Amino acid sequence: MHLSLTINGKPVEAEVEPRTLLVTLLRDHLGLTGSHVGCDTGQCGACTVHLDGRAVKSCLILAVQAEGRQVLTIEGVASGETLHPVQEAFRDRHALQCGFCTPGMVMTALDLVEHLDRPDEEAIRQGLAGNLCRCTGYRPIVEAVGDGIRARTGAAS
Amino acid sequence: MMPFDFIRPANAAEAVAAHGAEGEPRYLAGGQSLLGALKLRLAQPSLLIDVARLPELRAVRRQGDAVVVGASVTHAEMAVLTDIPALAELAGSIGDLQVRNMGTLGGSLANNDPAGDPAAAVLGLGATIRTDRREIAADDFFLGMFETALEPGELIVEVSYPLPSRAGYAKLRNPASGYPVVGVFVAETASGVRVAVTGAGACVFRLPDFERALGREFSGKALAGLSVPSDDLNRDLHATAEYRAHLIGVMAARAVERCG
Repeated sequence: MHLSLTINGKPVEAEVEPRTLLVTLLRDHLGLTGSHVGCDTGQCGACTVHLDGRAVKSCLILAVQAEGRQVLTIEGVASGETLHPVQEAFRDRHALQCGFCTPGMVMTALDLVEHLDRPDEEAIRQGLAGNLCRCTGYRPIVEAVGDGIRARTGAAS
Repeated sequence: MMPFDFIRPANAAEAVAAHGAEGEPRYLAGGQSLLGALKLRLAQPSLLIDVARLPELRAVRRQGDAVVVGASVTHAEMAVLTDIPALAELAGSIGDLQVRNMGTLGGSLANNDPAGDPAAAVLGLGATIRTDRREIAADDFFLGMFETALEPGELIVEVSYPLPSRAGYAKLRNPASGYPVVGVFVAETASGVRVAVTGAGACVFRLPDFERALGREFSGKALAGLSVPSDDLNRDLHATAEYRAHLIGVMAARAVERCG
């Protein structure tokens, strides 16, 4: 099938089988290998991207479901060499160890930073429930998301 | 995944017509359960009909003393509706953020997973499910494990929830899957108190004894001494049937406490 969509702000045209997963289109067809496939069963969240501004698992979506929509991947988050404030927060807090889960964590964090009103730890932890870190380094990740929310809302730490 | 064809009809009538095709056509909403089933080849449709964007299935409106939610409204979208706070809270507790951003009300109801959260609110509030051809009362909709009253090709269009005077939902969440081990929805409605249980049996079911007790006195204390037989309850590696029977009482009392 022919497919038209926008990825990281750029129009993309592709020919795909209907059964092609969005993450397969991103990684194998387009070379955007930042979205990782950790489990391929929708458990780990390493493949998280944004679809029309909301975090979704690209291994649980067909590429054809994204027809005509806006997809944002980890490759589209920074502005050139300038990291997004949420990426900076991850660096400041050492919120990654092996780094495999990090692209998905950042994409989920961006959704949380956009939609949570305040840096409530319980809400952040619940928000991150769909992303697994096998290094178990959750504490700095939660702190980084809190930093992102504080930076957006201007709340005191 | 086995190969299949894919279409995105422009409206509900086209979608239903497309379902008349030869082979094994199937509706696709958010796909958060169906994609997993496709990967495992538990489902091998010949055609997927994308209903996620059908305008008739995307609307939310107040109609008299009811809130009507389109079948393709996502759990995340339901979680910010203010008409029935317990319904919004339930929607915001489903699965995880990414699943809530894609998964839909209609998809969840049509799938009728034994541990689906939305079914508890539909049965607990005594909602009405409107399809492309008729209206189905919640009491007649959920028939068994992954089994509903839907006919082949019948498409859920929207769900009408009567506004309760108060309602609450409580569940013990499986920390790995996010599905309720047991979830209980309690509501005081114009037609009396309703108590619906998910996660514990083959599909969502009501508890007449609990409803009568709460009808006499709407408090957690009124449930003291009531029990649920464990004979027909689910047993798996997460919980025994006896533990689920116990949890029903605990979650029912908590749901009553949460009723606003």
